[in-house]
Amino acid sequence: MAEYQNIFTRVQVRAPAYAGVPASVADGPRNPKSFFIHLLGRVGDAQVGPIRLGWLGVASLICGFIAIEIIGLNMWASVDWNPLQFVRQLFWLALEPPSPEYGLSIPPLNEGGWWLMAGFFLTASIILWWFRLYHRARLLGMGTHVAWAFAAAIWLYLVLGFIRPVMMGSWSEAVPFGIFPHLDWTAAFSIRYGNLFYNPFHMLSIAFLYGSALLFAMHAATILATGRFGGEREIEQVLDRGTAAERGALFWRWTMGFNANIESIHRWAWWFAVLCPLTGGIGILLTGTAVDNWYLWAVNHGVAPAYPAVGPPIIDPATGAVLTPPAGAQP
Amino acid sequence: MMALLTSRHPVAAAFALAGVLALVAGCENPANTSVQQQGYRGTGMVAVSGARALAVNNAIPEPMAPVPGGGPLAKDIYQNIQVLTDLDVGQFTRLMTAITQWVAPEQGCAYCHADGDNASDAKYQKVVSRRMLEMTRHINGEWTTHVAQTGVTCYTCHRGNNVPAQKWFAPADPHTRRSAGNRAGQNAPGIGLTALPGDPFSAYLTGDSDIRVVASNALATADRGATIQDTERTYAFMTHITESLGVNCTGCHNTRSYFAWDQSRPQRVPAWHGIRMARDLNNNYLIPLTGAFPAERLGPTGDVAKISCATCHQGVSKPLNGVSMLKDYPELLPGKPAPTQPLPEEAAPEGAAPGEAPTAMPTATGA
Repeated sequence: MAEYQNIFTRVQVRAPAYAGVPASVADGPRNPKSFFIHLLGRVGDAQVGPIRLGWLGVASLICGFIAIEIIGLNMWASVDWNPLQFVRQLFWLALEPPSPEYGLSIPPLNEGGWWLMAGFFLTASIILWWFRLYHRARLLGMGTHVAWAFAAAIWLYLVLGFIRPVMMGSWSEAVPFGIFPHLDWTAAFSIRYGNLFYNPFHMLSIAFLYGSALLFAMHAATILATGRFGGEREIEQVLDRGTAAERGALFWRWTMGFNANIESIHRWAWWFAVLCPLTGGIGILLTGTAVDNWYLWAVNHGVAPAYPAVGPPIIDPATGAVLTPPAGAQP
Repeated sequence: MMALLTSRHPVAAAFALAGVLALVAGCENPANTSVQQQGYRGTGMVAVSGARALAVNNAIPEPMAPVPGGGPLAKDIYQNIQVLTDLDVGQFTRLMTAITQWVAPEQGCAYCHADGDNASDAKYQKVVSRRMLEMTRHINGEWTTHVAQTGVTCYTCHRGNNVPAQKWFAPADPHTRRSAGNRAGQNAPGIGLTALPGDPFSAYLTGDSDIRVVASNALATADRGATIQDTERTYAFMTHITESLGVNCTGCHNTRSYFAWDQSRPQRVPAWHGIRMARDLNNNYLIPLTGAFPAERLGPTGDVAKISCATCHQGVSKPLNGVSMLKDYPELLPGKPAPTQPLPEEAAPEGAAPGEAPTAMPTATGA
């Protein structure tokens, strides 16, 4: 079995730590204390550092730390500071948003005030990190693709935790901080609005999510499979195609008639990944603000099929109305 | 996986194997489950049975031998008969005997009756059981929308226990913490192991909060309708129903549209009535008895034990798997038999011979 086909990188070439290319503007001395971790070298580059935090990074980490502390300490307080119960119940614990009667006002700390504070600091941390990504990329003369991809995720985060609750007029519409509680929230959200799977933007988001995984697998498999011909040197092959890129391209034309080229496959992957949270965020934003019941919306627009009745008509005991399947149901 | 197994790292391979085994061990054994289609093809309307169920004894006690009726009324022979005024002595004694087996097989008659004075109301158990007899007749007479002709007996809930195993109390006030750690009545391992609200009962089984949270209009209106918190409470209550009945959501609903009655299964109708039945029983029978119970029978907030779906169902969609014990105990029907008439012929089980009714209260034999 050839080395490059293994799950792990079996051979680690060690050289003195490399400080990296010079930046486009002077950015001060780089941390000389780079070091190596063998296990990291099995899945990536063994060299750690130089790390550049800067004031953006430091401020982001401080805000993130405060947010995690608020969430974690509230969770711990909810089990009366019992460390054993904190571990046992950790997946169930949460910091809840304010209850509906508070609307968009600022509630007492233990009635959702902690949630607002945690949300503020977490958001500050994320936004600061975004500026850091943007700034670092600019300094290196890179494009800012990573920052904008991260911004797509931030969009979905802000829709769920800030924009939609503000449009709905209540912090209580936002997501709790907790493992199972945020999953329960998700299920309840879908139930409340008549089944989110009939939301076309949710459909798009799923398509881009699964599509991202499919593209990732296809691309990674192509590069690994052409590694013996130098396929991993993707960027050189954009300009100077070797037989690796040619073989990979022909393989896909043979099997499905069309191939992305060695450059455009990365645009495919970037857009699929970015569109997943972009479309998902639109879907969340429309839910409750514009559409109250996605199933009925889908029925009105010919999306949801009608099925014939299996049993006798059912009478809603609350109204006494005899209900039969909608017109157009075909057996 | 293969790379690990064929590698020179047997420890890593062992860990990987153990991980896979642990994963598989957490799954249901497919040999123990069965899936039955119960809706239009392709809609996922299936019942999965046998996977997980409450460990409950659903065995039916042997029915007691019937009595002919027509004897003198119990109320004319015994003192302090207030509810079972329509039963003759034979029927009355037979029912008392059955109740002892159903509710107090260990303690016997003395669980309710003060020593030496069966007429005495000194023991709270007697006061409670009298009201429970009224409740049982009320269910069998007024709630046929839920219990149909199958009906209920004391055994439906008690199963040989003094207090039915499945009941609920209002939880203690969760807002005991002053400045942090508010659980908002949820976020603890609760119903169905979710983190959903831990008390979905008070709102629906004593209160009459609206269970329906899904909008009936496609587009949003100025009225924001039910909140996420309302929805989570409904969700928790529905999860309680599925647990209590051993069914999936599809036991009643087409899950593509939980709210739509036109796509629901007929089982949703008796379930709808059952919710109202439990609410009626809690508010009109259990809660008024709060003062009768000693403190150790009450919940953390001093409330009486109350009925949920699980109290009768105990893990199966039809309590006791649908077997009607009521047909063997027509004494538990309201207003039957008429005071001066013998028990109707058809009410007695086939093969029953007169004169076999026990004449003495039994010893503790168990149900």
